[in-house]
Amino acid sequence: MANDVFERVKKIIVDRLSVDEDKVTLDATFKDDLGADSLDIVELIMELEDEFDLEISDEDAEKISTVGDVVTYITEHQG
Amino acid sequence: MSEQKVAIVTGASRGIGRAIAIALADAGHHVVVNYLGSAEAAAQTADLVAERGVRALVVKADVSQSEEAAKLVDTALEAFGRVDILINNAGITRDGLLMRMKDDDWNDVVNTNLRGAFYMTRQVARPMMKQRSGTIINITSVVGLMGNAGQVNYASAKAGLVGLTKASAKELAPRNITVNAIAPGYIETDMTAALGADALDALLQHIPLARRGTPEDVANAVVFLASDKARYITGQVLAVDGGMVM
Repeated sequence: MANDVFERVKKIIVDRLSVDEDKVTLDATFKDDLGADSLDIVELIMELEDEFDLEISDEDAEKISTVGDVVTYITEHQG
Repeated sequence: MSEQKVAIVTGASRGIGRAIAIALADAGHHVVVNYLGSAEAAAQTADLVAERGVRALVVKADVSQSEEAAKLVDTALEAFGRVDILINNAGITRDGLLMRMKDDDWNDVVNTNLRGAFYMTRQVARPMMKQRSGTIINITSVVGLMGNAGQVNYASAKAGLVGLTKASAKELAPRNITVNAIAPGYIETDMTAALGADALDALLQHIPLARRGTPEDVANAVVFLASDKARYITGQVLAVDGGMVM
């Protein structure tokens, strides 16, 4: 389950941020490791919401810093 | 790729909005004709658009309500799959002197002219960001630049549109989305027809070109700013006013 989520998240990140696939690890931080700015992060959040059909509140979004955070969040909140 | 785009024009049933819808159709773009009050006039605008060989889609929506603004954009996306151009044109006036202006006169004008433009901008930003392209044009007014006695509500809302234009231009520029404003001066529409002959004469004194403009004069500027020829222009306010404000 978590693995499948990770693959889907990875694909979106690779598409959106134009980064190499092997850079997208669970420990990678969006800002420092993947070079995402605030607009990139908003876009990613919106795309993840579409992909997984859920809503990520601004409060929760602020706490997300690594790819692993996203995978955990989605795994916990998926219906 | 041909330059056929999809445009949403708010308040397109009459006046400047109608002229913009027609001019965008002349430029080969599909047009979503939004209106609130007059279904008949909106249908006429749509006919005039469709006559030019492009698609016209009429959508009734009160853009000052966020759900309705969302519905308008969703309807456009369902029909056309994309939105390239947004023209925030919907506007009303409720003139009155400051000391006698009612709360509702203030609220209605600010809600339609400014809040509606914000809702629409927020709503199209998402598909435009995904597309990595788009252009938004806010129809403000010279009144927002220089003020006008009897229009504190309208002048405030239109000045607010200038701020919305510049801030969203900065925020959306990294995604290749441009945001500009056009500030019409005295244009021959129903909105200005209410002025008496004396008031008109007084106004003409302040217009170097010494005549009123037409809705087409405004529409021509919109077509330019919406075209790829204006791709390096963002965050600007272009006055179409016969030289009134310099």
